[in-house]
Amino acid sequence: MSASRVARSLSPFPRRPLPPSEEETSAQGLPSQRARAPLSLALTASLIALLLLLPLLYLLVRTLGIGQEAVDLLLRPRTLRILWNSLALTVAVTAVTLLLAMPLAWLTVRTDLPGRRLWSLLATLPLVIPSYVGGFALVATAGPKGMLQELLAPLGVERLPSIYGFPGALWILSLLTYPYLFLSIRSGLHSMDPALEEAARSLGHSPWQAFWRVTLPNLRPSMTAGALLVALYTLSDFGAVSLLRFNSFTRAIYVQYLSSFDRSLAAVLSLTLVALTMLLLVAERRIRGRTRYYRSSAGAVRHRRPIALGRWRWPALLFTLGLISAALLAPAGVIVYWLVRGLLAGEQLLPVWEAARNSVTAAGLAAVTVTALALPVAYFNVRFPGRLSNLVGQSVYIGYGLPGIVVALSLVFFGANFVPFLYQTLAMLLFAYAVRFLPQAMGTIRATLLHLNPRLEEAGQSLGLGPRAVFLRITLPLLRPGILSGLALVFLTTIKELPATLLLSPTGFTTLATQIWSATDEAFFARAAAPALLLLLVSALSILLIMSQEPGD
Amino acid sequence: MPLGLRLQGVVKRFGEVGAANHVDLEVPSGQLLALLGPSGCGKTTTLRLIAGFEHVDAGTIEIGGERVAGPGLHVPPEKRRVGMVFQEYAIFPHLNVLENIRFGLHRYPAEAREERVKTVLELVGLLGLEKRMPHELSGGQQQRVALARALAPEPAVILLDEPFSNLDAGLRVRVRAEVRAILKQANATAIFVTHDQEEALSLVDQVAVMLHGQVQQVASPQKLYRQPANRAVAEFVGDANFLEGVASGRQVECALGVLETQVAIHGPVDVLIRPENIELIPASAQTADARVRSQLFFGHDQLVTVQTNAGLLLDVRLGPAYHFAFGQPVKLRVVGPVMAYPRSPDRSD
Repeated sequence: MSASRVARSLSPFPRRPLPPSEEETSAQGLPSQRARAPLSLALTASLIALLLLLPLLYLLVRTLGIGQEAVDLLLRPRTLRILWNSLALTVAVTAVTLLLAMPLAWLTVRTDLPGRRLWSLLATLPLVIPSYVGGFALVATAGPKGMLQELLAPLGVERLPSIYGFPGALWILSLLTYPYLFLSIRSGLHSMDPALEEAARSLGHSPWQAFWRVTLPNLRPSMTAGALLVALYTLSDFGAVSLLRFNSFTRAIYVQYLSSFDRSLAAVLSLTLVALTMLLLVAERRIRGRTRYYRSSAGAVRHRRPIALGRWRWPALLFTLGLISAALLAPAGVIVYWLVRGLLAGEQLLPVWEAARNSVTAAGLAAVTVTALALPVAYFNVRFPGRLSNLVGQSVYIGYGLPGIVVALSLVFFGANFVPFLYQTLAMLLFAYAVRFLPQAMGTIRATLLHLNPRLEEAGQSLGLGPRAVFLRITLPLLRPGILSGLALVFLTTIKELPATLLLSPTGFTTLATQIWSATDEAFFARAAAPALLLLLVSALSILLIMSQEPGD
Repeated sequence: MPLGLRLQGVVKRFGEVGAANHVDLEVPSGQLLALLGPSGCGKTTTLRLIAGFEHVDAGTIEIGGERVAGPGLHVPPEKRRVGMVFQEYAIFPHLNVLENIRFGLHRYPAEAREERVKTVLELVGLLGLEKRMPHELSGGQQQRVALARALAPEPAVILLDEPFSNLDAGLRVRVRAEVRAILKQANATAIFVTHDQEEALSLVDQVAVMLHGQVQQVASPQKLYRQPANRAVAEFVGDANFLEGVASGRQVECALGVLETQVAIHGPVDVLIRPENIELIPASAQTADARVRSQLFFGHDQLVTVQTNAGLLLDVRLGPAYHFAFGQPVKLRVVGPVMAYPRSPDRSD
């Protein structure tokens, strides 16, 4: 099972944005004589890539334009405080998720824990909860006017300890992101040669010693890879930290945007955040490239006998159930609670339908636009390898690695200054979606294209078809599966997107995501419940789609 | 000679394949023994029972005179003084050669430890490669690291699970000889598990043939080949022709005439004739016993299939110099005494 690949495809961060590797190209038998790309194709693809880079370039130029003042802004105690907040949260979330995921992975892979298959499936699901839905669930449970307070009020409990700030952000982000580590450690455990531990045993080590001296060191690559995904998620998350009012980079950037008089600071903060995420991305890429800790050969895998937990079974079960309850059941439960309460109190569902319609419209348009833009880029990138096409292929991935709030903010700047007639129009929003999600469509199309033998196209040519006819009558029909899954993937991701939607939507254009966010922010929990439930269902769909994309075991 | 290892009536139930069904085995200390059998015969299970990775369902295991498994007793692997060389070596990928070999020496005092590591490194000829990481080693070198690591803590028994199956054919012959030399020099008691008869016959002092979860015969390679204990062993080790016959004492009468047997036996029997024990003599159509049906030429020898006048097909192994044409009439001559086994009435093949 390529669980780590599922984790990676679900992660908001890029898979390898590489040109087709030598292996791939030679396996596909690309023309040995490197064909020259038609000028129109090269031009279109390059233009799209350039367009997608605009916001980041603008942000860069804008910040550099501030000059010396930028450095002063960066070194201000307030900025340093934000930096400290973000780093502290990132480190804390990573540590907590490690402490949750390691025992969980070990229990579900190696022991006779009752129901371990079901638990590992359920334990993966929090991955699909958008962070603002998680934030909503926590605030609506334990915040002021939340479920707990309402239930406890008759008992004389006036005030609960505040969940806002660091503790709340730590809680919710840990519960949302531990599955990245869980999946990656799980696959590490699965791919580890069982004979390694047996070798340690026969060399005189107890099971416990073998775990510390052999199992754990060999899991280090999987742990690092998973931890980096968790750290990236935490660093770039906007939804949860903003709802829990924790002043990390993303929230500070948003606050700066609202108090619009000081955009320089917002720009400086954004660029610093970009630098930090890039650092993590590079680190992740490095580590992934370097690890070769896998089974030495594909010999028969001996069926491994699960370790008997004995009387430790009950504490283990308690831990597993507790984690799943906190991460999955509690959010689902509180959403249903507020939905029922709202309906009983006569909450109108009409605004929900309107928001849903807007969400579907925006996501649908985004799917079509983004996939259409991805098509020429992918085709150019795969069929005409070369320096320009590699550059184009890689540059479209940059936006994917950027925190959503940064993309949104730079487009706000850019739009307001250069294309005011587009500012706060649907077109601008679609552009933001393209910057963020084009690589998803590109990924599925590229994968299909790589499996498409170029000899088919050559056969078309030899039968007298011109290049355009070849593309329309051979390539395009064969690309259909890739295009369709690209459409679906972009649709499902876009519908959950928050920061760009929040900053760039036309005035009065409410979507499910923004409705959840603002209703939570204003403590109208009943109003957020229905959209949250809808989004959870959509998210569940997206994980099914991604799983079905995985090649069968 | 003291016993290095003794298994008595060892049973491990697993469902159909790979079970151990009352295994008895004794290995004198300092001896190399091959556990030979087809896949699924239970030989790897037996090895894992000895190492302590599996629990026995019945029977006892003694290592160096000390009982390690039996009713109500299971000494954990780390306390058995058993060294194991795994099929895929299982060299710790996060440790270098030196650290791998030192891994099992954690109970040695520091000085003795370094001394021992050095001795073993020298024994397996890996001096100078101490700092290499496993993935920087060739297959043969990895094999030697695995062996050195298993030998280092001076185990009572060394178990090798298909140790050469990962090496390509050219390397295999050389590494086999090296491993044998190293084990002999270390005076180790060792068990090889293998399904490769050539490997078993060429490598060890004694071969134990295992079929269907039971040890069928333990013998020197020569004896195993010349006097297989039963028909199943004879079929598994080497190529075999079987003829029906009737024996009385050291004579047996069969389709190829009256032959001398190695062991006295009476009644209906199956006669084993190895392909190399038949000679072909060109004959005229009138005097022929058989005709040549096919010929496979291998270079150093060839396999000729003949059909007797009664319709029986027999394999004959000859040197490369002979040449027979298809359909050529020949006379058959059996060289040397043969083996014969009582024919069980319910045999259906």
